[in-house]
Amino acid sequence: MKVWKYGDNIDTDMLFPGKYVYTCSKAEEIIPHLLEDLDPLFSKNVNEGDVIFAGKNFGCGSSREQPVIGLKSVGIKAVVAVSFARIFYRSAINQGLILIECPDAVEAYADGIDVKVDLENGKISVGYKNFSYPKLPKEILEIRNAGGLLEYTRSKLKNKYKE
Amino acid sequence: MDMTFAEKILAKYSGLKELTPGQIVTVKPDHLLTHDNSAAIIQKIKPDLEQYGIYSKSLPIIALDHVIPAASEKTATNHKIIRDFVKKYQIENFFDIGIGICHQLVVEKGLALPGKIILGSDSHTCSYGAIGAFSSGIDRTEAASILLTGETWLKVPRSIKINLEGKLKHGVYAKDIVLHIIGNISSSGADYCSIEHHGDLDQFSVDDRFTIANMGVEMGAKNSVFFVDDTTKKYLNLIGVSNSSYESIYPDLNAVYDKKLNYDLSDVVPVVACPHTVDNVKPVSDIAGLEIQQCLIGTCTNGRFSDLKVAADILKDKKINKNVRLLILPASKDVLQNALKAGIIETLVKAGGTLLPPGCGPCLGAHQGVLAPGEKCLSTSNRNFKGRMGCKDAEIYLASPATVAASSLYGKITDPRGVMK
Repeated sequence: MKVWKYGDNIDTDMLFPGKYVYTCSKAEEIIPHLLEDLDPLFSKNVNEGDVIFAGKNFGCGSSREQPVIGLKSVGIKAVVAVSFARIFYRSAINQGLILIECPDAVEAYADGIDVKVDLENGKISVGYKNFSYPKLPKEILEIRNAGGLLEYTRSKLKNKYKE
Repeated sequence: MDMTFAEKILAKYSGLKELTPGQIVTVKPDHLLTHDNSAAIIQKIKPDLEQYGIYSKSLPIIALDHVIPAASEKTATNHKIIRDFVKKYQIENFFDIGIGICHQLVVEKGLALPGKIILGSDSHTCSYGAIGAFSSGIDRTEAASILLTGETWLKVPRSIKINLEGKLKHGVYAKDIVLHIIGNISSSGADYCSIEHHGDLDQFSVDDRFTIANMGVEMGAKNSVFFVDDTTKKYLNLIGVSNSSYESIYPDLNAVYDKKLNYDLSDVVPVVACPHTVDNVKPVSDIAGLEIQQCLIGTCTNGRFSDLKVAADILKDKKINKNVRLLILPASKDVLQNALKAGIIETLVKAGGTLLPPGCGPCLGAHQGVLAPGEKCLSTSNRNFKGRMGCKDAEIYLASPATVAASSLYGKITDPRGVMK
């Protein structure tokens, strides 16, 4: 598993350039341009199970779900950041991409240190240091557990029309 | 319990008497805004739409503005998919190409009203705080879900009270103030928060308030609001909205704020946000003389009549520098028509400006003024991210219409105070 480390204010144009927004919406169209202007090596070398570590305000900028769909599709296990911008955060819930706000883990990380992310128990280990992060509220977990927002909405509609 | 604006409006819409920041509530927004991205949204839920239909035909507001007129077969097809959808589901509020930028239309057409909730799949949906609405950006998937169900969840935000006191100096505008604030609190300084504006607000027109609320998301805010006063009421009357058609919401006296920030407006000078973050703000005087190749006046941030007028007043009977291109991008057809009548467009075009159709234009880097490597653009838009105008090796600087107009005369970043009468 590789850790991809980035700084503060990684914006939506760096994650997925605006010039492709109205021509690419499916995962296979998105992936070649994922993080294109930030790290051209990312989409070529990323592997399933990799983790991103980043600074504050990750995903700031536009309402743009291509980066979320892209990161989920290439198999990013989690994005661990000091903080996230809110539209990006909601979008990740909707697509089932795991985002973890854990400033201490980000601070503890340096190149080459072993990282483990234990999603079941809400724990991150960076080298010999262990960190835990809070669980999401139950309303949000329901969306994630349904497999994302559209699945959640579909099950709600199904129940509603059954009645 | 005394409540903030955000707490009050979310309590009203969720049917709860009391709520606290962090709590999750379910709300039914009054409107759902989508634009060119409606095509992708509709396609996500094609079978669901066939089965269940849409929640209501008065809920959506759809405006074609991002890539207009279509720049390719793909974008033309997207527009066609949207027009077919609008016809099939008899969507009440649809604005085809050339009518304007979605955010301008939502306010200008009286669709955003004080005390209402509007959500939209565009980050600058926060603009409607300008007239006292609660409005916030969401993503495409959530827009698709709301189209089907009419509802979604919101986390009750913590609130920040911004107190603007004193009087603005000559040559300083709303854009300078909001950039000054972002420079001060940073691009993440209001993450997840509701921004309330208080203080000496009489001096700000609805256009000015629009500029400030529009950039709320650039400090990370969920929404950014100005409360209804005489200025709001006059504006709403002017666009044909009667006082009885809305209910203004004000925060309670002892509401609890996460932070209170005070700014003395007489301290604010013309500023520029330098590449590549909106919080990299410097006084114009610090970078005056920097050569630029493109100037953009317009967008949802600064494309209204008063913005174009400020620029025209500076450019009247003058010619822009031969090394710079000046793009004029009115926020709507109404703005364009009023500016035409007032001779503003003639002045700007005579000075050397190129008029673009009302829409998003080059702001998002898809067409109409993409930059080349090594070029610098001074723009009245809201984002200067790397690659934003279509080229990762170009630089974008953000400023007020006055600063951009003054700079276009010299092909260099220029303090407008030296140029204005």
